[in-house]
Amino acid sequence: MTTVNLQNVSRWYGNVVAVNDISMTLNPGVTGLLGPNGAGKTTILHMMAGFLAPSRGTVTVDDAPTWRNPDIYRRLGLVAEREAVHGFLTAREFIEASARMQKLPDPKAATEWALGMVEMKDAADRRIETYSKGMRQRTRVAAALVHNPQVLLLDEPFNGMDPRQRMHMMELLHGLGDQGHTILFSSHILEEVEQVSGTVQVIVAGRLAASGDFRRIRRLMTNRPHVFAVQSSDDRRLAVALIGEKSVSGVEIDATGMTVRAADYGSFTRALPRIALDSGIRLRKLIPSDESLESVFSYLLEA
Amino acid sequence: MSTVAWITARGLFGRRRALLLLPLPLLLIGLAALCRAAGVAPSDWGVPVLVGLGLAVVLPVISLIVGTGVLGSEVDDGTIVHILTKPLPRRDIILAKLGVAVGVSALSSAIPLFVAGWLADSVGFGLALAVAAVVGAFAYSALFLLLSLLTRRPVLLGLVYILVWEGLLGRFVSGTRVLSIEQYVITIADKIEPTTLLESKVSLPVAVIMAAIFILGCAIASVDRLRSFSMAGETS
Repeated sequence: MTTVNLQNVSRWYGNVVAVNDISMTLNPGVTGLLGPNGAGKTTILHMMAGFLAPSRGTVTVDDAPTWRNPDIYRRLGLVAEREAVHGFLTAREFIEASARMQKLPDPKAATEWALGMVEMKDAADRRIETYSKGMRQRTRVAAALVHNPQVLLLDEPFNGMDPRQRMHMMELLHGLGDQGHTILFSSHILEEVEQVSGTVQVIVAGRLAASGDFRRIRRLMTNRPHVFAVQSSDDRRLAVALIGEKSVSGVEIDATGMTVRAADYGSFTRALPRIALDSGIRLRKLIPSDESLESVFSYLLEA
Repeated sequence: MSTVAWITARGLFGRRRALLLLPLPLLLIGLAALCRAAGVAPSDWGVPVLVGLGLAVVLPVISLIVGTGVLGSEVDDGTIVHILTKPLPRRDIILAKLGVAVGVSALSSAIPLFVAGWLADSVGFGLALAVAAVVGAFAYSALFLLLSLLTRRPVLLGLVYILVWEGLLGRFVSGTRVLSIEQYVITIADKIEPTTLLESKVSLPVAVIMAAIFILGCAIASVDRLRSFSMAGETS
């Protein structure tokens, strides 16, 4: 089990603080690094990957520092945001070169395995400069994966991919996470993070705004009412009954059902079945409608 | 050949920049052959062609193109990251890059200098120029490799060294010659095969020791610099 640890890490450029006193631990599984542009995501990734020294604090992979420590790359793979590849090589040559530089016992077999992982075998003998953006991205992911690293860091990995490739990449990351790899990917597209990972590290203005499962983070935001979409056999009667409940702060009725705002997630979800039962009303739908990552993210940005 | 050297060589010859290596050696050989065929006395054309073109332009400019190309282009376009994310000692990466740079620069400049020296004087003089050019290729390549890690404009700074430091100051300010690779090359060639065509302005020990300091110093500094290679956060 490999973990990546950031302990009180700050990074500044002159007077500008890019990352401010961040501590986090990445465990096996897939974690999304989320934040608006300019939040400091890439700076954090670069420090994790050993390409930037922290101005203060420590960045380690299983207690080994990442800065000025090339040995770390036996355990760590990086797909940087910049789409730089040796375009004069074919994908097979490029990935095999990575395997050889990793000093793998059978570079050719590792290359074929990595090409298969990203579904690039058919085009593997074409020069990379002839590839589409998505194909280049997959080639870079294969090169980062060729030594089967325990830790994989990806900076905006879905850039340039079509929906099918995107889906495949998401499945690949899921699979690697399930196998016990520690995967961190950055993105500013909420849907991507939501589909790939429940665990997020949210960076806002260089600070760690939230960390963990985003649904749990949402539930901890007690100062914001929780919004539920409810449908029942008699919405109007249920609305009247609910408005008398302490944990409910508002009810709206429209053609599709009810929108209920509750100040306390736990009290409301315990009270609702009891109220419905007492009133003889059948509940047909109960969906937390602001537990999406987008809601959590916008709340964090506003905070 | 190591994988790093293989990628470096493929990159070097895969770029149009490699075509820049051709005209200067051809010009040097062509001019020497023309002067020889026209029956011009070597004492009249030897210094401007061999020193003015061969040692002051062909050798340093080829070393500059190659020396900044082997690493500087990869730093510029970001492909260096693929090599740096491997568990390779940074020393091995620098040695592979330097090996390719020295090999290509030495071949591209020593052969035309050998031919021009042979046409001007003798095979022995041609060989002396070729050996000195190889030493020069080592020193220039190490210097330009380091420049490509120290600055985003290594070609510009390299040209300033060649044209201003060696070409201008080296001619008029005697103290600057101690730090002039061109002067080491002239001295080494002149001491191997003395002729009237070359005039040493630094002593042989100074030339040899200073060339060694350039090569080792720049290589060690490059390794250290590469160990601390940083990527700035570009967009976020």
